[in-house]
Amino acid sequence: MDINSLRILTTVFSFIVFIGILVWVWRHRNTSDFKDAANLPFKDD
Amino acid sequence: MQDLNVTSTTYNDGVIRQFSIMAVVWGVVGMLVGVIIAAQLVWPELNLGLPWTSFGRLRPLHTNAVIFAFGGCTLFATSYYVVQRTCQTRLFMPKLASFTFWAWQLVILSAAVSLPLGFTQGKEYAELEWPIDLLIAVTWVCYAIVFFGTVGTRKVKHIYVANWFFGAFIITVALLHIVNSAAIPAGFMKSYSAYAGVQDAMVQWWYGHNAVGFFLTAGFLGIMYYFVPKQAGRPVYSYSLSIVHFWALIFTYMWAGPHHLHYTALPDWTQSLGMVFSLVLLAPSWGGMINGIMTMSGAWHKLRTDPILRFMIVSLSFYGMSTFEGPMMAIKTVNSLSHYTDWTVGHVHSGALGWVGLVSMGAIYFMIPRLFGQKQMHSIKAIELHFWLATIGIVLYISALWISGVMEGLMWRAINTDGTLTYTFVESVKAKHPYYIIRLLGGLLYLSGMSIMLWNVIKTATNGKAAITSIPAVAAHA
Repeated sequence: MDINSLRILTTVFSFIVFIGILVWVWRHRNTSDFKDAANLPFKDD
Repeated sequence: MQDLNVTSTTYNDGVIRQFSIMAVVWGVVGMLVGVIIAAQLVWPELNLGLPWTSFGRLRPLHTNAVIFAFGGCTLFATSYYVVQRTCQTRLFMPKLASFTFWAWQLVILSAAVSLPLGFTQGKEYAELEWPIDLLIAVTWVCYAIVFFGTVGTRKVKHIYVANWFFGAFIITVALLHIVNSAAIPAGFMKSYSAYAGVQDAMVQWWYGHNAVGFFLTAGFLGIMYYFVPKQAGRPVYSYSLSIVHFWALIFTYMWAGPHHLHYTALPDWTQSLGMVFSLVLLAPSWGGMINGIMTMSGAWHKLRTDPILRFMIVSLSFYGMSTFEGPMMAIKTVNSLSHYTDWTVGHVHSGALGWVGLVSMGAIYFMIPRLFGQKQMHSIKAIELHFWLATIGIVLYISALWISGVMEGLMWRAINTDGTLTYTFVESVKAKHPYYIIRLLGGLLYLSGMSIMLWNVIKTATNGKAAITSIPAVAAHA
């Protein structure tokens, strides 16, 4: 494969992964997982 | 809290005490060198006519001291503090953690000796010669083992977002340091870069900008995501936003470096790419700033009485300001005015003194009493005073350099109707003189605040004694 095609594919793939992360975060925004994680700094109080 | 039926061990805080104290000591030293070179710019005779005290040698000493000694010790201290407390476990390989402390101090001392002697690779923020670079690489790998080992042996399910930022900072700085420091040694304390020409410049500014992005931003965002919620007494405003903030920063920062090389031999498309990604960076930066500041919602009244919280929130305001200013300065037409002027120096200091400095001081004020078994710092009044000295110092510093920077940029480009330059270079230097005095005054105020902090920290540490903190039993909280 041409090195430039590889570069383009990497960039496009990274962008798709980022969009995937956005979708994943949006779907999990109200779950207890995020709430638990956000409260981790207060576990030792 | 102590339940006799559960076995609880203790956090490894000794190394954190060492790093926190040294962060404050190196802060005073690094800022003092900064004040000295600011004074040299006003009165050049202050270089004493000696090579070892000349501006060109003291300036890298100042940048290395404040970034890697003050900033570095702060990052080691806070990351070791945060990773243990949010993973509910003891530091992985405590002896190796102790090694990172002594090795890092040795790096700092080598820098403090070799830079005034004139040993340099000539790369900004990467001046140290190859034997010191090797020591940095070894120390950093050990740091990564301790940090990720602790994350790997955590007693809780999730990895708190602050640890993601610390982790990204550690991995990226290793990558940046090793790639940019690649050099062919030509004897002890002398080497030549492995890259040539414009590639060398691009590698250097890929390093340089990501040193800002990951050493001075991601690491300190890790501090922000733990210490702001702790001091405000409430969880971060939006955990979802913190995840988006993290990944957006990771995916964009790496591309912004070319904005340091606008209108140079760097290919035009690379310059435009750097400019566009710098503009994109505004979004994650402001997302993070809003997330930090909104953590205060419902607790704003605490700002009236809590100077430590004030350090953190004003720090976030400076983060917002400098991450707005940065993308603007990355626009090529703006950069054609701002580049090579004092505006750049002012911008860096709004980020360094405002964001990095204030958030570090806030975090250290938070940790010191807890590490030494005290309820609070020796003097709250002194924290108040430090806050105002620092804030007024920053405002004087950055406004003086905005004015002198824009002024000299305009003077350099001014032309008469017949096409000749309106001003000679020395006229622009002369015009900056009053602003350099104001900048020196701002730096002096900032340094005096830091000296008060050193006194306050020593008092707190000597009044107390090394505190042993138990790790809470996970079962009781799960």
